[in-house]
Amino acid sequence: MTRVLKILQLAGFMALLVGLSYGLGQLAYGWLPPQASAAAPAVDRLFSLVVTLGSLIFFGLTGVILYSAWLNRVKVDDWQDGPPITGNPKLETLWTVTPILLVLGLAVYSNQIYHQMGLLGDMPMVNLTPPAYADTPPAEPVTIQVKARQWTWQFTYPDAQVTSDVLHLPVDRPVRLELRSQDVLHGFFVPEFRLKQDIIPGRTISLHFVPTRPGRYTLYDSQFSGTYFALMQAQVQVESADAYQQWLTQPPDTASENAAYAEHRQQQQHTLTSHWPTVEPAP
Amino acid sequence: MTTTLSYPRPWQRYFTFNTDHKVIGIQYLVTTFVFFLIGGVLAMLIRAELITPDLNLVDRPLYNGLFTLHGTIMIFLWIIPALAGLANYLVPLMIGAQDMAFPRLNALAFWLIPPAGILLMASFLLPSGTAQAGWWSYPPVSLQNPSGFWVNGQFIWLISLILLGLSSIMGGVNFVTTIVKLRAPGMGYFRLPVFVWTVLSAQLLQLFCLPSLTGGAILLLFDLAVGTGFFVPERGGNPVLYEHMFWFYSHPAVYVMVLPVFGIFSEILPAFARKPLFGYKAVALSAFGISIVSTMVWVHHMFASGTPGWMRSLFMFSTVLVAVPTGVKVFAWTATVWRGRLHLKTPMLFALGAIVNFLIGGITGVMLGLVPFDIHVNNTYFVVGHFHYVVFNTITMGIFAGIYYWFPKITGRQYVEGWGQLHFWLTFGAANLTFFPMLGLGLQGMVRRVSSYPPQFLTGNVVSSVGAFLLGVSTLPFVVNIIGSWLAGQPAKANPWHATGLEWSVPSPPPEENFEEIPTVTGGPYGYGSSR
Repeated sequence: MTRVLKILQLAGFMALLVGLSYGLGQLAYGWLPPQASAAAPAVDRLFSLVVTLGSLIFFGLTGVILYSAWLNRVKVDDWQDGPPITGNPKLETLWTVTPILLVLGLAVYSNQIYHQMGLLGDMPMVNLTPPAYADTPPAEPVTIQVKARQWTWQFTYPDAQVTSDVLHLPVDRPVRLELRSQDVLHGFFVPEFRLKQDIIPGRTISLHFVPTRPGRYTLYDSQFSGTYFALMQAQVQVESADAYQQWLTQPPDTASENAAYAEHRQQQQHTLTSHWPTVEPAP
Repeated sequence: MTTTLSYPRPWQRYFTFNTDHKVIGIQYLVTTFVFFLIGGVLAMLIRAELITPDLNLVDRPLYNGLFTLHGTIMIFLWIIPALAGLANYLVPLMIGAQDMAFPRLNALAFWLIPPAGILLMASFLLPSGTAQAGWWSYPPVSLQNPSGFWVNGQFIWLISLILLGLSSIMGGVNFVTTIVKLRAPGMGYFRLPVFVWTVLSAQLLQLFCLPSLTGGAILLLFDLAVGTGFFVPERGGNPVLYEHMFWFYSHPAVYVMVLPVFGIFSEILPAFARKPLFGYKAVALSAFGISIVSTMVWVHHMFASGTPGWMRSLFMFSTVLVAVPTGVKVFAWTATVWRGRLHLKTPMLFALGAIVNFLIGGITGVMLGLVPFDIHVNNTYFVVGHFHYVVFNTITMGIFAGIYYWFPKITGRQYVEGWGQLHFWLTFGAANLTFFPMLGLGLQGMVRRVSSYPPQFLTGNVVSSVGAFLLGVSTLPFVVNIIGSWLAGQPAKANPWHATGLEWSVPSPPPEENFEEIPTVTGGPYGYGSSR
């Protein structure tokens, strides 16, 4: 009878554990920003999966530890020893082999997603392979030159001979960015695209992706670049092909304010002002 | 009338070039704890700035200086040397030796730390200000030197880092030699307490990897001070090379820091569960497993750098494999407390709390090893949250566990249990309040190292800042308890926890020569439940 009760208890715990972990894995989608690139859904599915698996491990082990801590306490001055259990080879093998399979499985799955994303790392410029997730015959990628410097972004559309402070992108069309830095390391990061790439002075790094959701996003500098690092942002406008074409023919919007330069000229006062010298921001 | 003590113990010896490993251990622990408090004040200034989206408390160069020194101090002047101090005190006692193998080298290694730390703090007073390029100090930004002075914050930072690196290398040589050569008769490798195993594997790792960072720092110093171009693109150098040299040590550094803490857990859990460590050999060997695998994972910090695709895939596979030997340990600890006879004293609370936190640190670590997900959260607050779950919620809480556990041995006094438990609950609550919201902020895209941020990230930052101030408060009961108990606590017995291990077989505090007679060891380290 107690045996049945124990099995029921264990089954109840497992059911609760699985339910909770599955639930958290589903909720995990909501912890991420909207999906605005072709790669984003796959990244989010991977995150949801690892949240589910991670929750199983976390709540499983925490549950056992709390259960022991709660039920197996003894009186303060009772220093009698417990059972001399020194190990269990079968159990130890199980908890060595299972994690190996689990993490290798995760790595294989991640590798597949990684290749689907077509993010092939810092490949030479000759690499024009379109991302594998494009089911339709790949459209000619839009090439845009991105120039980063302390602390502004500049986007040049060589085909249209247009330069802009706002990154305009046509929706559902492959984009190839050519990332360059004039001074220090920077990073290209748009959270909604789930993409990030460091920019290295002296090199041109290409980054491929397909924006899929019209809207206005923020491009952040993701690699620390000095004093005004936090202000190095730019607007990203994903729009329909028509709107994009129309924009290319209009005078580009260079009106957006250069936040670092503006702040530098103002000489703000703070509670603790250091007066330490800084690199001058580009106008 | 003169009282005759068996060993003279004037307090002044803590301020001298003393060669007793126990004195040096205390020197390390007290010095590094002072730096922990300084690093904590810097952290609270950072969190005070981030409680609002706009910049209002400090200016941007100062903010950048604050996080640079916070990181540098916490890693190189708190965790690494604090654990070196604990190991210094304990290893000779645990292996049945009278001292470390090279006592004078030991003292020298310690005495490099105060000047390095004072130098670093003094850079606040320079016209250039402190180093401001983060604890990674990636070139070219770390080489920009807008002040124009030859002696500038970055210069001082590099000198300080090189001194600390030298200190650690000396320590590494000493620990490895001591453990290999000075074990008491009968103390075979598989009779060593797991703490000693973890110190050995951490110090071997340190010896293998640290020269790379020290070399990188020297080359960066040349670039900065005499205009060479090792890492400067326009002079034919390569900044990515620095990233490799930096992470080749600085990733394994996390294991140099966490392995001894795993050792601390492995001592405390059996003592307070009154059971042998479950799967002792597997736990001991998995420390080596972690060391070996961790030398081949450093590029996972550079998944978003200019890294070729094959390298990303290769390092993803090696990185996730670290979870295997780590998992072996966590499962073994869980099995150790299972069906034990538990005493939830302060050291046990800290150990169990740290293990629960480590689960979050470890799981988020595996997530970060997966390239597609890492590319999204790389350099965001998700990494900051993960890292602090490891360095504070696991390692620092583990150091507290160790300090409470061996406090009676080290000082000969008992700390006050109630204050210890208050310290635990405040720390555990505040640490989770501080670092959990960071994970969510990072998922949403908040970049790390920003001195101001878009208003949509406000809520998480407010919670985190409140947690950080509470965390500052949480150290007060610890300081009061430790100072008060050290001066006037109840005298401690030789073995207040009824624990196994040679360190508990000598009086508290141990005599100068540790053992009147070198003991002969006849059994394994965790004989709980068997006749011992």
